[in-house]
Amino acid sequence: MAAYLSAAFMLIGAAFMLIAALGVVRFPDLFMRLHASTKSATLGVGCLMVAAALQFESLAITTRALAVVVFLFLTAPVGAHVLGRAAYFSRIPLWDGTLSDDLRGHYDASTHALAGPEAPRVPLPEEVDEEQGA
Amino acid sequence: MSTGGVTSVVFGALILAFLLAFVRLARGPSLPDRVVALDLMATLAVGFIATYAVATGQALYVDLALVLALVAFLGTVAFAHYIEKGGRSWRRI
Repeated sequence: MAAYLSAAFMLIGAAFMLIAALGVVRFPDLFMRLHASTKSATLGVGCLMVAAALQFESLAITTRALAVVVFLFLTAPVGAHVLGRAAYFSRIPLWDGTLSDDLRGHYDASTHALAGPEAPRVPLPEEVDEEQGA
Repeated sequence: MSTGGVTSVVFGALILAFLLAFVRLARGPSLPDRVVALDLMATLAVGFIATYAVATGQALYVDLALVLALVAFLGTVAFAHYIEKGGRSWRRI
């Protein structure tokens, strides 16, 4: 029974990781690629580690496999957020079809700190460019 | 299907995913895109090692997956720090 469960988890995990790689190649901008690689690939590795834990049926291996899963589930969102934040500040272009960008004008471009709703509006990147260009 | 057959299918899917991630790594177009591809490849490698542990029956490889998962995160954070604080020098990459 455990062998069949393990095989099922392995196939599901591999499918998720393949879908993540497809998304990274096919999606049109960085933030969508980040979304594909972070969520789908993390779930895929989680499934593969659970499969390994089921396969070996030993407490030591199960603990290690679960440690990998817990660690990946903790670090993947942090890594994606840090990378997305860095990319946003370096003005990586969004997809042409993007309808709204709620962060626009809410970040101070020089300090990278979030300006609250009561704070004066932060100039948009193109406004800053115009000032510097003039 | 035997365990060997299942692991072969999983290896095939993971290798295909590696190749797709490499396409993104080569095409870019910006450094953060390449970092996303590298991060995905590290995650794929963790899954690959786990599958290899199952395929060979060597439980020791699970430890290796743990170490790689720890190191890959540091790499991504270091690249993100470089992109955010490193000025404009990376734009030529």
